[in-house]
Amino acid sequence: MSELPLKDPAPADDVAEGEPRPGHIRKPVGWSMIVIAVLVAVSAALVWRRDGINGVTEILTHDLSLFGGILPRVLAGCLLGAFIAEVLPHEKVSRSLGPKSGLKGLLIGAAFGAILPGGPFTAYPVASALLAVGADFGATIAMVVSWTLIGYGRAIAWELPIMGTEFTLWRIVISLPLPVLAGALGRFVYVRLYPKGAPE
Amino acid sequence: MSAALIIDIILWGSVAAVGFVAFRRGPTVLKVSLREGTMDFINIVPRIALGVIGSGYIAAVIPQEIITGWLGPDSGWLGVLTATIAGAATPGGPVIGFSIGAVAMKAGGGPPQVIAYVIAWALFAFQRLLLWEIPFMPARFVWFRAAVSLPFPFLAAAIAMAIGKP
Repeated sequence: MSELPLKDPAPADDVAEGEPRPGHIRKPVGWSMIVIAVLVAVSAALVWRRDGINGVTEILTHDLSLFGGILPRVLAGCLLGAFIAEVLPHEKVSRSLGPKSGLKGLLIGAAFGAILPGGPFTAYPVASALLAVGADFGATIAMVVSWTLIGYGRAIAWELPIMGTEFTLWRIVISLPLPVLAGALGRFVYVRLYPKGAPE
Repeated sequence: MSAALIIDIILWGSVAAVGFVAFRRGPTVLKVSLREGTMDFINIVPRIALGVIGSGYIAAVIPQEIITGWLGPDSGWLGVLTATIAGAATPGGPVIGFSIGAVAMKAGGGPPQVIAYVIAWALFAFQRLLLWEIPFMPARFVWFRAAVSLPFPFLAAAIAMAIGKP
């Protein structure tokens, strides 16, 4: 960290692009973290009562190794999100994925979600970056739903071997219309919930 | 070559490709985005740590048999509803989610119900919402997305019933 310059990171280069970088959405440790922490603590206590301290440490070692394996991918996802937020031209994003982008915006969002590599560690940082550079809720919903239902990563790694080819393929075929429908429903509800634009 | 390795290669390849585009915009653009990404990573690690390290305990106290029981044999729309609730309540990662689906299928669960289960799990399993989606995304977006996703397990089951597949 020490090699990073200490001055404000909003340099002239950014301004030369004509687009100030949007602030990242960073939330302080909120109630959701507290809910998770309580849930984990209660569950760990139940495991301890049921299986003793061995049960607790067994799960801990397993999950620690899982965590170690995931970390590099989380870093990759964060970098991908940051690069995308920096590189994508905001006007173009708000035109092709913004509230007025119509069906085409939902289709672009869905296609983007389907080809996005990686797991939740990529999908959510990238989706967050899209929101920050001008995509609306509808297109971002289409992207996230498409990643979760049509994305090949989880299907190849987990669903094919466990559920079998026939189930997986039909499940994906049935899912094909869902991302665009979810995005459209999202837009439909959003403009009625917030007729004067987003709160905050 | 394992699927996980292929996915890692595609993932880091994409990072390198977009990073190169950033570098072509100028070293400062690259430097700023590298720092933004690293800061995001540092901010997110404690939350992911809590989620990943804690999720084993949550999965351990919700026995899989309970959820498999909810899926039950072919049971029409009531079965689709319980399957959707079961999908939302399933803790743990993809292995647990899909294994429960596979067990339910073998135990005589109807394909539309299992489709509804898998899709509900993919769309709004509570643990993924809390552990993965909330840390990265604005909470308002996450709840909104989950809410508008509610009809879709039912729609998917309806499509599966209509076409008689899988």
